[in-house]
Amino acid sequence: MSPASAPSPRDRSIVRLEHVAKTFSNGTVALADLNLDVAEGEFLSLLGPSGCGKSTALRIIAGLGEPTSGAVAWPKAMYDASGKPEAEIGFVFQEPTLMPWATVFHNVWLPLRLKGVSKAAARTRVAEALEMVGLEKFSAAYPRELSGGMKMRVSIARALVTRPRLLLMDEPFAALDEITRQKLNDDLLKLYKQFGFTVLFVTHSVFESVHLSSRIVVMAARPGRVIDDIAIEAPYPRDRAFRTSPLYAEYCRRVSDSLVAAIGATDHL
Amino acid sequence: MSAAEPVDTAVPAAAPRPPSGPRMTEQVLRVIVPIAMLVALVALWHWYVVAYNVPHYILPAPERVAQAMIEDWPTLSGALFVTLKITFAALAIALVGGVLIAVLLAQSKWIEIALYPYMVILQVTPIVAIAPLILIYAPTTQSALLICAWIVAFFPVLSNTTQGLKSTDHNLLNLFELYGASRWQTLFLLKLPAALPYFLVGLRIAGGLALIAAVVAEFAAGSAGAGSGLAFRILESQYRLNIPRLFAALILLCATGVAIFFATSLVSHLLLRKWHESAIRREN
Repeated sequence: MSPASAPSPRDRSIVRLEHVAKTFSNGTVALADLNLDVAEGEFLSLLGPSGCGKSTALRIIAGLGEPTSGAVAWPKAMYDASGKPEAEIGFVFQEPTLMPWATVFHNVWLPLRLKGVSKAAARTRVAEALEMVGLEKFSAAYPRELSGGMKMRVSIARALVTRPRLLLMDEPFAALDEITRQKLNDDLLKLYKQFGFTVLFVTHSVFESVHLSSRIVVMAARPGRVIDDIAIEAPYPRDRAFRTSPLYAEYCRRVSDSLVAAIGATDHL
Repeated sequence: MSAAEPVDTAVPAAAPRPPSGPRMTEQVLRVIVPIAMLVALVALWHWYVVAYNVPHYILPAPERVAQAMIEDWPTLSGALFVTLKITFAALAIALVGGVLIAVLLAQSKWIEIALYPYMVILQVTPIVAIAPLILIYAPTTQSALLICAWIVAFFPVLSNTTQGLKSTDHNLLNLFELYGASRWQTLFLLKLPAALPYFLVGLRIAGGLALIAAVVAEFAAGSAGAGSGLAFRILESQYRLNIPRLFAALILLCATGVAIFFATSLVSHLLLRKWHESAIRREN
């Protein structure tokens, strides 16, 4: 599987940002003329310093906030009665964003519940989603009883319970310790291989992005824009052997140089 | 992510351990210390009255108060029942009204801007000052008392619930928006549960205030006769210098207030114990 070597990504794109710009009400230009193609089946990381608009781009794709100008196209999506594309997305925030008063089961059930799926009808799908993240025994637990890594797993299960075609992840593991983070990276790749969904992953870690991605888009800040687009042509599964290989180191150097250029282009931090 | 793998290094959702050793001792002491304190205070009171030969129309001895409580129980219990009826009716209407208006205010910024000033005016005007006017307008004295108690009890419920509804986690709001939740779904599944801890604080304050307002309003109304509450019995005892009965009525009021406080605290604990930080025992 080498989704990065797609000959014409336009034909295969699941979502496309066309000349997207976003200016916040306080005048901050978060994005200026962003063009981005996300091909079906790829693992695309947006990498850049803070303020480069990578999270903003992700939120615009998720439908949280309209772009100031430009458009978001869903070439493969079905359109619902109101003319809005049925995006089939799952979203994982930087924080687990769980409802503290609800059990793990109720938290994972939520996306289905909001679409009118009853508790009984959702039971199997919730159980499957929890099994995917290895938490099937914790469905009656409350979020406060879980560790940071487990909360993030619940959050991932919730994003996957609707079986989305596109998984949007906004620095999901940034607040976790290195060991937990490594484990979740490995597990995420397993799920990616197993279920074949597309991932758009926002991160500020060079090592994480090279480990996970089939393609890395490097962004610079003020105004947010794309400055580099790097395909990581290494086969999955990517295990510990890959993370200690010369190829990995080579890619890390390449991406790191690009990130330094991005920070240099901003020229103040 | 196979099921067999151990997940992180976290503690599983273990059932709370039965109290043992120091926990047990602490729980016993929590009951014994307040009781011992009470006994000591009553003993001091008794000693003072006997030692200084205080006349009972100034300060009656504890046993005289107990005697008054037993002998006057038919009168006092009737008055207590009237006061309780007003307090709880006012509290119930305050809870329903406070929550409904808070939901209304949370629906739109403009509704809030239009209505909130009047809620504040109702709250800041001393109830004793409005009571005479309410007594004129209200059909019966009982309903006037109810209105007074309601005005006082309603604001803490309203302001706390409004604050709670506005303090919903923004990420969770985004999540609901992302999954296309309707206004009602967002209200019932997200905003109201998130506001629950705030509402419960309002409930605890309102419970105490409803009793205070019921008594104050009765003082202001100066109502008399068979259908009157504890406030009237206190005034009456004062005029007749029946100080033991005054003390007995006062003790009933205190006990009612304490009972309301414990009841509302218990409700709060039961609703929050599973998930809210305030109900969790911190251990370092």
